[in-house]
Amino acid sequence: MTFPLNLEALFGKPIMFLVFGLIGFAFGFVLESSGFGNSKKLAAQFYFKDMTVLKVMFGAIITAMVLIFLMVGLGVLDYNQIWVNPTYLWSGIVGGLIMGVGFIVGGFCPGTSLVGMATGKIDGLLFVLGGLFGIFLFGETEKFFDNWWQNSGYLGRFTLMDWLKVPTGVIVLAIVVMAILAFFAAEQLEKFFGKRDLTKEPKKRAFAAIALIGLAALVILVGTPTTEQKWDKVAAVKEPVLENRDVQIDPAELYKTLYDNRLKLTLLDVRNEADYNLFHIRGAQNVLLSEVKSLVPGMLAHTASNGVTVVVSNDEATATQAWKVLTAESVPNVYILGGGINGWIDKFGKDETIIQKVNFPVPDDQLQYIFPAALGDRYECADPNPIENEQLEFTPKIKLQMKRDKSGGGCG
Amino acid sequence: MTVQTQLQPTSRWQKFWKRPTKPYIHPYAGGILLGIVLFTAFFLTGNGLGASGGLNRFVVWVQDAISPQHVDTTPYLLKMAGGDKDPLDDWIVPLVIGTIVGGFASGWFGGRLKIETNKGPRISKRQRWFFAFAGGAIMGYGARMARGCTSGQALSGGATLSVGSWLFMFAVFAGAYALAYFVRRLWN
Repeated sequence: MTFPLNLEALFGKPIMFLVFGLIGFAFGFVLESSGFGNSKKLAAQFYFKDMTVLKVMFGAIITAMVLIFLMVGLGVLDYNQIWVNPTYLWSGIVGGLIMGVGFIVGGFCPGTSLVGMATGKIDGLLFVLGGLFGIFLFGETEKFFDNWWQNSGYLGRFTLMDWLKVPTGVIVLAIVVMAILAFFAAEQLEKFFGKRDLTKEPKKRAFAAIALIGLAALVILVGTPTTEQKWDKVAAVKEPVLENRDVQIDPAELYKTLYDNRLKLTLLDVRNEADYNLFHIRGAQNVLLSEVKSLVPGMLAHTASNGVTVVVSNDEATATQAWKVLTAESVPNVYILGGGINGWIDKFGKDETIIQKVNFPVPDDQLQYIFPAALGDRYECADPNPIENEQLEFTPKIKLQMKRDKSGGGCG
Repeated sequence: MTVQTQLQPTSRWQKFWKRPTKPYIHPYAGGILLGIVLFTAFFLTGNGLGASGGLNRFVVWVQDAISPQHVDTTPYLLKMAGGDKDPLDDWIVPLVIGTIVGGFASGWFGGRLKIETNKGPRISKRQRWFFAFAGGAIMGYGARMARGCTSGQALSGGATLSVGSWLFMFAVFAGAYALAYFVRRLWN
């Protein structure tokens, strides 16, 4: 079994909501127990007197991060199915600065004001009301800078690993070490500005620090699962899909999809460059099988809920390999062109006499046609006439599967 | 006799609500516990934590009840409540309700349920209320602009190593520290 679970599909909506309610309960309980219902304690962070905010926040981030990437490394948890806040550089930075101002003026952040309100703090209640008003104002004014908000510095799902090109474990360990150094500095600041007696701090905290560093080092040792390992985990479910031909779509369905505005099609031609130059379907992008995996981060970064990917080879063998790579990496809605390019030309190239079908057997996944020149997509059947092909019969197989709530995570 | 029987239930009532006040847990213990909650959220559901997104849905829910037409013509609101979409039909809503209940439960358990206003010594309660509301409004606006608050961006995106969330986190601290000196009268 792989995590995260699709709670709604497994147990229905009420149970899903119950799980989120319980998570929220634990969240509120821990926030309040840490003193986050008290605005004075929160604001003290910014005068270096009481660094609880930093300690709890970074403590939580590194604990969760180490556990997440340990589970990812062990193949229990699928990172590609976890919501990673998409990066919108400028709106994130400007919004963050504004939030910082609100934090020091109001003494809370949204989550902490909720527990402040729940424990009877009148300033917490007023902060919540103010927050609702600010949210309302944003909804009403977003239209004035919609383009900036939607596009400025948009990088999609962009992780520190994508940015720094460093293995996950190294980043995890570096962050843990930096956080622990920050904790040490925070304690010194508290000693200086808050007159805190550090000798009364529990000695056990050193063991916790060592344990976290050890777990982070373990993340490096475990590494991240390879595509082959990921495929092995899902093969039991996905092999039958291939055998039932649930994902091998008819050429006619691919053709109709090219003209379907409701779907956002990515057509990947995984043949060698020579075959691609001889002939390819218009709009297809040439990518070698060995390079398919390098497309995955980009494909996950910009997943539209109506995105469909179709992989194409001369017959189906190479395309099936590519399909396995993409499916193992949790790219949603991937299909194979049934019959491949040969099947496509069989269907749409009947009248194109300059393309000759060979009359001797060719090995599997090789072109069965001879082309007079490498015209790429300038053959007629590379872009069949929509008027002549208005009526096509096929069994539709493309079903959009949204693996998870599109509104996603965080504060979606 | 009659007086006693009247008092007894009251005192039991009071005892239930006024538990002895316990100190807050150690920040590192709080951090580790919060990290386990955050990890559990990701592990089970694939989603992190959040707060402002849930509050947003309550706001839009009210707006949709008052003027559905306005919601249907504003793209930002449309995504949450356009047509027959129910803005409250989202995982973040039970999460936020759970947060409030959990905060209340912890406050009860630790004997910290008390109607009061926390403020610096040099400002009046009314001033504190005004600044709490103003700060909340600024925070609410900024949180929606940044597509998440401290929980939804900093904690959740921080733990999953999103570049945007880490930059966001530094921006929040930068904004607060930059202004802290100038508003020190509010807190010290």
